[in-house]
Amino acid sequence: MTSNLHYISKKRRVKEDKRFVSGTGKYIQDVVLPNTKHAAVLQSPYPNARILSIEKAAAEAIAGVQIVLTGEELAEHIDPIRLGLKLPEVKWYPLAVGTARYVGEWVAIVVADNPYLAEDALELIEVDYEPLEPIMDPEEAFEEKSRLVHPGHGSNVLYHGHFTWGEVEDDFAMADDCLSFRARWGRSSTVPIETFGALASWDEGTEILDLWASIQMPNFVELLSSTLRFPLNNVRLHQDVDVGGSYGVKRGIKHSVLVGYLCRKLRVPVRLIEDRLVNMSSGDAHGPDRIFDTNVAFNKDGIIKSLKIRVLDDAGAYPGRGPHQLAKPISAIVGPYKINSVDYEAISVTTNKTGQVPVRGFGQAPTNFMIETAVDKVARHLGMDRLEIRRRNLIKHDEFPYEIPSGTKYDSGDYHAVLDKVIDKAKYDELVKRRDTARKNGKWAGIGVTTCLEPSGGNNIFEYLMEPGAEITTYMEGCEVRVDPHGKITGIMGTTTSGQGHETLFATILGEDLEFDPDDIRILHADSLNGPPTRSPVASRMAIMLGSSAAGAAQKIKDRAMKIAAFNLGHPIEDLEYSEGNVFLRGDPGQKLTWQEICFIAHRSYHKLPAGMDPGFHAENVFQVPGGGKLPDEKNRVQIYPCFSFQAHIPYVEIDPGTCKVEILDYVVGHDCGTVINPDIVRGMMIGGIAHGIGAALFEKFSYAPDGQFLTSTFADYLMPSVYEMPPVQEVEHCTPSPLTSHGQKGSGEGGYLGAPAAISSAINDALAPLGKSIHELPMRINKIHELIMTESET
Amino acid sequence: MKPAPFEYTLAETVEEVVALLDDSEGDAVIIAGGQTLMPMMALRMARPEMVVDINGIEDLAGIIEDADEVIIKACTRQTTALESAIVAGRIPLLAKAIAFVGHQQTRNRGTVGGSLSLGDPASEIPLAALTMNAHVTLQSVKGVRTVPIGEFFLGPMMTACESNELMVSVHFPCWPNSERIGTSFHEVNERHGDFAIVAAAAQIHLDDKGICTGAAVAIGGAHDRPIRVPGLEAKLLENKIDKEVIQLALQEISKAIEPFDDQHASADYRRRTAQTLAERAITDAVADAQAGLQ
Amino acid sequence: MSKLEIAVTVNGKKVSGTVEPRMSLLDFLRSEIGLTGTHMGCEHGVCGACSILLDDVPVRSCLMLAVQANNHSVTTVEGLCNDDGSTGELQDAFRDAHGMQCGYCTPGMLISAHALLEANKDPSVDDIKEAIGGNLCRCTGYIQIIESIQLAATRKVEAGSS
Repeated sequence: MTSNLHYISKKRRVKEDKRFVSGTGKYIQDVVLPNTKHAAVLQSPYPNARILSIEKAAAEAIAGVQIVLTGEELAEHIDPIRLGLKLPEVKWYPLAVGTARYVGEWVAIVVADNPYLAEDALELIEVDYEPLEPIMDPEEAFEEKSRLVHPGHGSNVLYHGHFTWGEVEDDFAMADDCLSFRARWGRSSTVPIETFGALASWDEGTEILDLWASIQMPNFVELLSSTLRFPLNNVRLHQDVDVGGSYGVKRGIKHSVLVGYLCRKLRVPVRLIEDRLVNMSSGDAHGPDRIFDTNVAFNKDGIIKSLKIRVLDDAGAYPGRGPHQLAKPISAIVGPYKINSVDYEAISVTTNKTGQVPVRGFGQAPTNFMIETAVDKVARHLGMDRLEIRRRNLIKHDEFPYEIPSGTKYDSGDYHAVLDKVIDKAKYDELVKRRDTARKNGKWAGIGVTTCLEPSGGNNIFEYLMEPGAEITTYMEGCEVRVDPHGKITGIMGTTTSGQGHETLFATILGEDLEFDPDDIRILHADSLNGPPTRSPVASRMAIMLGSSAAGAAQKIKDRAMKIAAFNLGHPIEDLEYSEGNVFLRGDPGQKLTWQEICFIAHRSYHKLPAGMDPGFHAENVFQVPGGGKLPDEKNRVQIYPCFSFQAHIPYVEIDPGTCKVEILDYVVGHDCGTVINPDIVRGMMIGGIAHGIGAALFEKFSYAPDGQFLTSTFADYLMPSVYEMPPVQEVEHCTPSPLTSHGQKGSGEGGYLGAPAAISSAINDALAPLGKSIHELPMRINKIHELIMTESET
Repeated sequence: MKPAPFEYTLAETVEEVVALLDDSEGDAVIIAGGQTLMPMMALRMARPEMVVDINGIEDLAGIIEDADEVIIKACTRQTTALESAIVAGRIPLLAKAIAFVGHQQTRNRGTVGGSLSLGDPASEIPLAALTMNAHVTLQSVKGVRTVPIGEFFLGPMMTACESNELMVSVHFPCWPNSERIGTSFHEVNERHGDFAIVAAAAQIHLDDKGICTGAAVAIGGAHDRPIRVPGLEAKLLENKIDKEVIQLALQEISKAIEPFDDQHASADYRRRTAQTLAERAITDAVADAQAGLQ
Repeated sequence: MSKLEIAVTVNGKKVSGTVEPRMSLLDFLRSEIGLTGTHMGCEHGVCGACSILLDDVPVRSCLMLAVQANNHSVTTVEGLCNDDGSTGELQDAFRDAHGMQCGYCTPGMLISAHALLEANKDPSVDDIKEAIGGNLCRCTGYIQIIESIQLAATRKVEAGSS
């Protein structure tokens, strides 16, 4: 498969790494404009409170303070930020208007000469609050009639959808048995080391609002400009800012609206960089916070027939696009299994917590956790080996493309082959012996088994499923390729990068297809005014979308070169061959045009161009997502994401019975993401994703006290894995190319995060099984495990 | 997360420091390693009017060994103590404890005295000092006084050091016949390098017949301050320490501690884990001592 | 609040500044000296992205006051480059083993790794973990960072012996 490739799938340096190791990456905090002022935000200490008055005169009187802005003033000049769902009575402004709805909500913003002074000024602002009773528990919020986060909305339910695909009741009636369970995914997030920041500058002469931001968000500029009541083509988002990690969360819309508004009002550039306290409590970067109640119908032979899933998600006070994370997993709602039917009830509620944001996987990681819990429980119930039950239920390699009950077709895969490879690599039988020996020596030891999918490519038609409305079926990625008069190639992409190596991806594909060294190819990030159309690097889509777009543009470049050569050599194109930019007559290589000659003709010798060809040497290409372009049918079935990568995880854990501390001692993972463009990048996504997953499984949670106080504002309370918490990871690869993409590539950006929490839960439950205990709530902290073993058993 | 404004002085002598502390009546604080003070100031939970930097006072750093004790000047970096041959040879329990303190960057700035002055009930250096019956020397405008470590920790983050006093040194007595001494330090935390949830330290001396003639066992994170467990130590003394002896001795722990609930762990967890870690510390210390006998 | 004059040797060059006592060394390096390679991640001493060498020893620059660096020497990630700005051997090892993704924690990792390799020619995996245990990364899962440091160590030994 990869034998004819020169650059794709070869170990090559990642272009971006040079500037990162030199300390010359350009992150938002590094963007310097003269005369920039600095903003700091005042946060609500209450989870729910009316704002009676804000006294800002003392703060504004400090020398060096430009302004203190409140929500009331801001609301006169901007529209509320549009949410993902149509919720007209849920009004979201960057600064609280009338009511603060979570601890940390921004109630005022100060702009001053420097960040130190801005923080000093915050302390002089006096706010008079009338505390109200908060609603913190999502199940209570669902039922609650009087404590409403947004009284105008009439309830705390933001969304309540119910889908039935296939004959669920029949399947349950006819199955040999069924079981039910609850699984809880704790409120965590991917928390990048760099916080969100935005810098805005208004140029009265050109009437352009320039914005730099640490951003990863589709349709960001549209949302920003409409909120500011500003024409879209007056805003220029600079997308060559290096983003210090995002993994979904850097949406910063309220930050950007604020600096966008303030820089025009003050006529100076304004910069807002979250400090860590603000980031954790009120950066709107919390992830899914879910309760799954699931019923599984299955037969004695382990075949799982049907799933009934009810999921309740706590979207916080201002839900943004959080609730859509309930619908994306519909694209793989049965996981990698041949489950016949699914009933899916999805509920999003609002509470007095920070708003939820898209997090790596957009809801797939919690859903995979729930599905894998179901499979393990059925296995345990039947006394069946967890590998065996998966073997029986996994879609077989000759069944692709495989259509799941909700209408998505999985493009390709060989799940059994990957699983076998992982079992082999893990030396599974020896691992079982190791576990059993450890148990004899007093440890609680367990092996985890998880098989799951990474839907990739991005096709947000699930939004239409949630709320039929605007008929949006275009999910595209554009690029431009330019060849300069000297023959050097430049690729132009239309969005930001946050560590995924897009410049390398793009250059590698151009280099492969045009047969030039990717190291000689320059990649630029265009801004939002001059850049190609984009849907941003979300949904594990860029290898598929930017990659295929690039391949299409490369083909157009090649075509142009061939046409010029055909015209000038006087031979039909079919008789010509392309090699490293040179074009020659097949069988008589002496008759050729070199790449340099073709470039010169293209740019400079109009008389040598075929009739009708414009001068120049460039191509644009916009690639629409494969399988997209359709609306759901009357049974709510539709192709969501196009490509499906597969993962199998086998971790080994030991729990110290004396301290209840979990150690992950070994980890074997197998993955199949089709053609790998850059092996080091893909490996990084798998391993880095596993690290994120370890955090979600064992440590990470944004905690609130029952009275609504926020308990995890710092890294001393919100614990993320260090190198010590990372086990050695062995990987195996497999490649079933996608038939839908330019080179067979699928997505790998969400990586190990989609399976690791499920796998670690599987391992810990295996470890606790001899004690008759089980745990299905993440994170599985030391204290939780201790509580579990101390209470009476109930599996 | 920028601190509130303050004045700053780089002190040249201890006398200068204590005079400033005395004059300020609590509005001045010293900065040594800064690993605790700086985050507190960033959170604006600490808002001193003046910060007195003691890092420039040469007299305040260093490790000196004496016939009976090792003296560590208060502003000695934790890394220095960790890597010190004197500490390794004469008071190895301290090095074992420091290995658990934060990470290398923390230890490169953090000081021995700074950790003691903080008085965190779960922290490692106070626990080791308590186990070893150290005493601290405090200086003020009134002069110098010595406080035995057993009287130094008064409660969570509360020590006998007054706001106008500066800790200048810590004295660690050395038990004789070091080849028969075994030490061990155990702790549990969510992640390596985190604050301990619970910790236990043990120092055991065996005579040439393997009988315990010296025992010091202390527990951190299970009470409002680090504590020794004299009842437990008494049950080890004059015994050949085996599993049975240890189990009997461990029963003394629950009487001695009043653990608390917090968001990291429940009181129940701390109670149970104190037992577990004490058992491991004693067992390992005994093995360490026996290795010395061979 | 009175400002103070300080003189610090940064990457071998003497620089001076006039700073408020409360200004952190991190902010001084970034905003006064313009060396933006050292990064701010948490400002409370946990993430390690701000790590620099103070007199050749890794410390968290967010936990030091700028005034405390007066008359001391500081090395930042920029100082690990060669004089002509090209990447040094440790940095090249990180490129070859792709010991990063977004690059934000990378300067701190390089500082910790540099100090390790100066002191220890043949670090074990445990030695490496101890060196970078206080540097958090959210992208890589650390394994490629460990491999980068191992690669650098191997090359250093080979260069030394050739």
